[in-house]
Amino acid sequence: MMWELIAANRRKSLVLFAGMAAVLCTLGYLTGRVALPEGGGYLGLIMAIAIWVVLSALSLFGGGSILLHMSGAREVTPDVHPQLFNVVEEMKIAAGLDHMPKVYIIDEKAPNAFATGLRTEDSAIAVTAGLLTRLNRDELQGVVAHETSHILNRDVQFMTVAGIMLGSIVLLSNVFLRGMWLSGGGSSSRRYRSGKGGGGGHPALVLVTILFAILGPVFARLLYLAVSRKREYLADACAVRLTRYPDGLASALERISESPLRLEAANKVTAPMYIHNPLRRKDGAALSGWESTHPPMAERIAILRGMSQGAGLLSYQRAYAKVKGKDRSVIIPTSGLRKDRPVAVREPHPEVAAQKSAKAQARDVMDLMRAVNGYAFLLCACGLKIKVPPDFTEPHIVCPRCERKNEIPHAKVSDAAQAAAVVGAMVGALAGAREHEEIPTARPAPGAAGEEAPLEYARRGTGWESFACTCGQLLQLSPAFTGSQMVCRQCGRVTRVS
Amino acid sequence: MAGLIFLGLLVVAVVFFVGIYNSLVGLRNRVKNAWSQIDVQLKRRHDLIPNLVETAKGYMKHERETLTAVTDARARAMGTDGVAARGQAETQLSAALSKFMLVVENYPDLKANENFLSLQEELTSTENRIAFARQSYNDQVLFYNNKIEMFPSNIIAGMFNFAGEEFFEIEDASEREAPKVQFT
Repeated sequence: MMWELIAANRRKSLVLFAGMAAVLCTLGYLTGRVALPEGGGYLGLIMAIAIWVVLSALSLFGGGSILLHMSGAREVTPDVHPQLFNVVEEMKIAAGLDHMPKVYIIDEKAPNAFATGLRTEDSAIAVTAGLLTRLNRDELQGVVAHETSHILNRDVQFMTVAGIMLGSIVLLSNVFLRGMWLSGGGSSSRRYRSGKGGGGGHPALVLVTILFAILGPVFARLLYLAVSRKREYLADACAVRLTRYPDGLASALERISESPLRLEAANKVTAPMYIHNPLRRKDGAALSGWESTHPPMAERIAILRGMSQGAGLLSYQRAYAKVKGKDRSVIIPTSGLRKDRPVAVREPHPEVAAQKSAKAQARDVMDLMRAVNGYAFLLCACGLKIKVPPDFTEPHIVCPRCERKNEIPHAKVSDAAQAAAVVGAMVGALAGAREHEEIPTARPAPGAAGEEAPLEYARRGTGWESFACTCGQLLQLSPAFTGSQMVCRQCGRVTRVS
Repeated sequence: MAGLIFLGLLVVAVVFFVGIYNSLVGLRNRVKNAWSQIDVQLKRRHDLIPNLVETAKGYMKHERETLTAVTDARARAMGTDGVAARGQAETQLSAALSKFMLVVENYPDLKANENFLSLQEELTSTENRIAFARQSYNDQVLFYNNKIEMFPSNIIAGMFNFAGEEFFEIEDASEREAPKVQFT
């Protein structure tokens, strides 16, 4: 049962925090003792706690937004990618979350995704543009379910707090070791040694402290990484339990690991929250093993593919033990397993859209990224889709293919939301063009009028035009538009175009 | 001294008691909330159908029956009261919709229509949401029922008449099966 898992996780987290806090405090005390034998131990302790408090304050206040900002993610409206929003909402319902996570798209071609938010109220799910175009619906659902599980299991909270602890320990030990190096080898600080009586206390104490300063961070890091990997397995298990479909996540992970692209915007702090470890070794291979925040991708996939009996937690546990080759290895706390009931695997979702070619896929990624970044799309009469950057200020743009001069519509696009609206209007225009092959009947009625009846809009010429619906939504007409009506993307109201 | 210890134990017992009682109430509310979520999603499906039928109508001139079946099933589902009767009506609507989506495969023009594609995505998502809402309801019921049966919360559950909830089971197993396409 997943709610028992949350409780079990919380208990384990407390034990881990206590252990890390003990390491931090001991290190602080010893450092202080060595530096100032007279009452320096408590000073060091206070220092250690101060470092921890400052780092916590920095990351807790606006930690989530910093992470999102660092990764270059932008919050998007449903028009940019309706399917992503649908899938997120489906998982929100399945997980029984009280709040809908915010949805972000990261401006990157490498497929990846992460979850953030210290509280469930301000949680967010971010996916890269490359992921969206590469995965089908079931695969996307698997990825979003994995991220939703991170939110449900409070992994973001946990990894953030544990990361701060680890950071404090590393910082303190660095300060100490560098100080020792300077005072031991640097001639400029030699007078401190002679001045402060014995320069660093008893030799045995100094030795112990040095050992502790070297080993403490290593142990803390190993602990942190081991827990991080375990949480990844858990998130996979919960994702399958939410979607009832292990193959969706498995094939998503396969596709993600196939990609040779590297995520530019990731770093050590954000790495544990991604679905696939974004950090690579210098030779380009993904990190794995004990030095990694993530378990090896091949192992995760093998476990998911091995879930033949069902989609429950117990089934994941069995597949895990089989892949790991050890019957005793436990990934899911027994309190979670005991009361879970077996659940059947569901059928795959029939694919709506046909598989696209690699070239079309690449084009889709670029268009999605441009839409997120506030580009406007103009459909030239020759059929070329001209991408207008948001900072383009000229009233005209020359088509690079047919050299036709295209007027930039009044609907000046300034932000992502409006760009999305334009894309929406474009889609509407294209659909309209295909829908109505007959020549539109000319209508002299000017402007927009009427209350419940369809609105009317008279075209002024054959170039680019835009008009506002009564709800305020801007709709665009392209030179290629031959339809007789347009449906507002926002309020659904029909406007007759003549 | 003995009095103080007794008082301390009493306070601990009361805090414990209140904590369990509150968590039981919280869980019961989650179950109710999960149930209402199913209704929300069923309503969403009802709202979606007129648009879908309207868009498809122009293309599917020879499929009047399929379209009417969907519209009628929707009307029946909206007009029925009572859990059992409504469940049956919704099951019929699901069947009518899956038949409709099957017929759509024969109309490439319709499938090329962006408006229809987005409606189709909405319909898929709504069907998923209904399934996930039911699943989530069952999860909540499982957790709540476990809590009621387990010591020590079973004592408090017994004192305040917290009754277990029933699982949502789909009566018609064929509802989950995708219809088969026949080529002649």
